[in-house]
Amino acid sequence: MAIEVDVMKKVPVREQEPKVRATNFDEVCLGYNQEEAQAEATRCLNCKNARCVAGCPVSINIPAFIAAVKDGEFKKASEIIGESSALPAVCGRVCPQESQCEGQCVRGIKGEAVSIGKLERFVADWARENGVKPVVNAEKKGKKVAVIGSGPSGLTCAGDLAKLGYDVTIFEALHKAGGVLVYGIPEFRLPKDKVVQPEVDNVKALGVKIETDVVIGKGTTIDSLLTEEGFDAVYVGSGAGLPRFMGIPGEQALGVYSANEFLTRNNLMKAYRDDYDTPIARGKKVVVVGGGNVAMDAARTALRLGAEVHVVYRRSEAELPARVEEVHHAKEEGIIFDLLQNPVEILEDENGWVRGIKIIKMELGEPDESGRRRPVEVEGSEYEIECDTVIMSLGTSPNPLISSTTKGLEINRKKCIVADETTGATSKEAVYAGGDAVTGAATVILAMGAGKAAAKGIDEFLSTH
Amino acid sequence: MFKILKAEMLCENICQQIVEAPRIAHSCLPGQFVIVRADETSERIPLTISDYDREKGTVTITLQIIGASSMKIAQYKTGDSFADIVGPLGKPSELCTDPIEEVRKKRVLFVGGGLGTAPVYPQVKWCKENGVEFDVVIGTKCKDTLIMEKEFEDVAGEHYFLTTDDGSYKHKGMVTSVMDELIAEGRHYDLCVAIGPMIMMKFAAKTSLAAGIPTIVSMNPIMVDGTGMCGACRLVVGDEVKFACVDGPEFDASKVDFDSAMKRMALYKTEEGRAYLAAKEGDTHHGGCGHCS
Repeated sequence: MAIEVDVMKKVPVREQEPKVRATNFDEVCLGYNQEEAQAEATRCLNCKNARCVAGCPVSINIPAFIAAVKDGEFKKASEIIGESSALPAVCGRVCPQESQCEGQCVRGIKGEAVSIGKLERFVADWARENGVKPVVNAEKKGKKVAVIGSGPSGLTCAGDLAKLGYDVTIFEALHKAGGVLVYGIPEFRLPKDKVVQPEVDNVKALGVKIETDVVIGKGTTIDSLLTEEGFDAVYVGSGAGLPRFMGIPGEQALGVYSANEFLTRNNLMKAYRDDYDTPIARGKKVVVVGGGNVAMDAARTALRLGAEVHVVYRRSEAELPARVEEVHHAKEEGIIFDLLQNPVEILEDENGWVRGIKIIKMELGEPDESGRRRPVEVEGSEYEIECDTVIMSLGTSPNPLISSTTKGLEINRKKCIVADETTGATSKEAVYAGGDAVTGAATVILAMGAGKAAAKGIDEFLSTH
Repeated sequence: MFKILKAEMLCENICQQIVEAPRIAHSCLPGQFVIVRADETSERIPLTISDYDREKGTVTITLQIIGASSMKIAQYKTGDSFADIVGPLGKPSELCTDPIEEVRKKRVLFVGGGLGTAPVYPQVKWCKENGVEFDVVIGTKCKDTLIMEKEFEDVAGEHYFLTTDDGSYKHKGMVTSVMDELIAEGRHYDLCVAIGPMIMMKFAAKTSLAAGIPTIVSMNPIMVDGTGMCGACRLVVGDEVKFACVDGPEFDASKVDFDSAMKRMALYKTEEGRAYLAAKEGDTHHGGCGHCS
C-alpha cells in the first residue's frame, strides 16, 4: 500500500512505545522500512545549491543519495554516502541533524525538513543487511600512519587514509574498538553488535589494523611510534578525558558516579546483563546532574535499570544542551526534569551511602559570555530530594596521558591539544589531532569531520615528505 | 590473547601468574599496574605489577582471592590465556623516575603488608640493582599467609625484616612495631614507601610521618577503564580530587584522606559490607570483585 505523503511533514518513523522501551535496552527508534524511506525521499527538492551538504561536517552528497533512495537504488545510495562517511549507520542515529543538514533544509522553512538522518540510517542498515561492503582499490603508498583511539574521529581518519593507500594501525586503550560509540552511547540509541561492530569491521575491511589494549602515552609514546615503530605520521583522536565533579560536600559518598563510569559499566562492560560480571548500582531513586546528551543517556539508562530518575539542571529547558529529540524521548519515558535547580550538597547515611541531595533553586539573570542567561541562586530556596544514587554529568577535562608524554605538543589553556582546524596539524611535525582531544567534549559527527580533515592534512604532508 | 606462562598459588588465597605481554614488559616500571579482563564477560580488574622481565616479555601479577572475579582470574592456569591485559598504567614510583644521583643519596624504608608484599618487591629489586640503600619490613597474619620470602631474602638479605601478627614466624607484631624498633635503633630514612591494606598504610604512615620521614602510599581504589576516563578511582588528596589511575596510584601519605578512602573500600571488603552492597546494588553485585584486596 502506498504511503500518503504530506510534503510539509516528515514521514513518521516507528518507535518502541515509551512504556515498553522504558523497561528494555532495545533500540528506541525502529527506523524507516523501504516504502517509508522511498516516500520520505520524494520530499527532497534536489536543490542545485544544496544547503544541507554545507551543513554536514563530512559533506555527504545528500541530494544525490536521497535521489537514489527515491529510485530504489539503495546500493548506489550507500556508495554515495560511503564516499564521505565511514560510519553512516552510526551518524544516521546519533548526529544532531536538526542543527546540521536538516537545519539547513529548504523544506524546513515552511514545514518540516526532509528526514535526512533517518534516510541515511535506512541506507546504511540496508547496505549492512544486504552485505554491501566498502571497496578499496587504492594503490599502496608504502607509508605507515598510527591512529590513537578507535572512536568516531580515529575510525574516520583511519578509513580515509586506508582508502588513499596508507598502511594504518589504530591503537585502542580499551579492550574493544569504537571509543564513545561502545562505552558512552547506550545500546537503546546505538546497538553495539548490530550497528557499531559492523561499521568497525567495515573500516577493518579497508585494510586498517586495530590493536586493542594499548595505551599510548604509557610505555608506548608518540615519539616511540615515530622513531622505534617506523610510523610516518600519527593522528591523535584520543577523545575527551576525566569527568568533572562539582566540588560540593558529599561527592565522595558511595553511590555518586560520574556519567562516564555509570555508562561505561553499563555499555562497555554490559552490567545490565546477568551474564556479565561487572556490577552497577540499580538505584531506586536516581538524580542526574547536568543537561547534556550524556546526562540524557545516563538518565535513560538508570530508568531502564528500574529507577525513578530526576534530571537536575541549573538553567531552564531552553538552555538544555541535549538534543531536542533526546529530551523528548526522556520525557516520554518518564524522566522528571527539575530545571533551574542546582545541587549544593550530597547527603550521606551512616554507612557513607547517598541518602539525598540538597538543591537550591535558580533564576536566570543577565547573559554570560556564552550568550546564555546566567543562572543565579534564589536565596533561601534550598530543599532536599531523597535519593540513593547521584550521577554527575558535567562534562570532562582533557586526559593528560598524551600531552604530558609528547615533547613539543602544544596544549591550550583548557589543556586541549592545539590543532589546525583545516589540516589537523599540531605544533609537532608529523603529529595531527582532532575530535574531543582538541575541542573538548563535542559530538560524534564533529569528531568525524576533524578525522576527515586530518586524513587530508596527513596525506598532503606525507605526499611532500 | 595473553598467555600465562606460569601460574601458582603462593598461599591459600594468593595466586601469582607470569603473563606474556611484551608491550607492557618493554616499558613498565615499579609502581605501575595493569588491568586484566579474564574473558568476554569478566570485569576489568586493576592489579599491581609485581615483577617483569623485559627480555622474556613477561609481567607478573599477584592477586588475592576475595570474590567471584578474583576467583575467576585465579582459576587461569599455566598455558591458559587472558582475553585482555592492558598497561603499564599509572605513574611509576618516583624512585625510578627522579634523577638517580638524587635517589642514591636517600635511604628508603619499604613497608609491605599482606598482598602489598608483592608490589613492594619490584621497587626493592630496583633499588638493589641501582645501588639505593634500603630496609624492608614485611608483615603478614601468620606463617601460612607469608608470600615471596625467598625473593626478598635474595634481594634484601639482612635488610629484610619479617613480622607476623600472631608470632607464628619470626618477629611477632604489626609492621609498625618493627618500624618503631628500626627507627629507635637510630637507623636513618629519607623516604618510606608503604603498600598494603588501607588500614596498614594509614598506621604505617602515621608512624613514619611522626618520625619525620616523607611517606608514599599506593592506593588501590575501584577502577573501570584505568586510563583516565571513568572517574571511579577518585580520591581526596590534599583537599583535591585526584584520580588514582592517572595521578597515582602512589600518593604523598600526609595528604591522603585515609578515612574517606577506607569508608569507600570497607563496603567492598567485609562480609557485612558486601551484604549491604548486595542489598543496595541488587543482583548485579557479585560479592567481592578483587578491588578490595
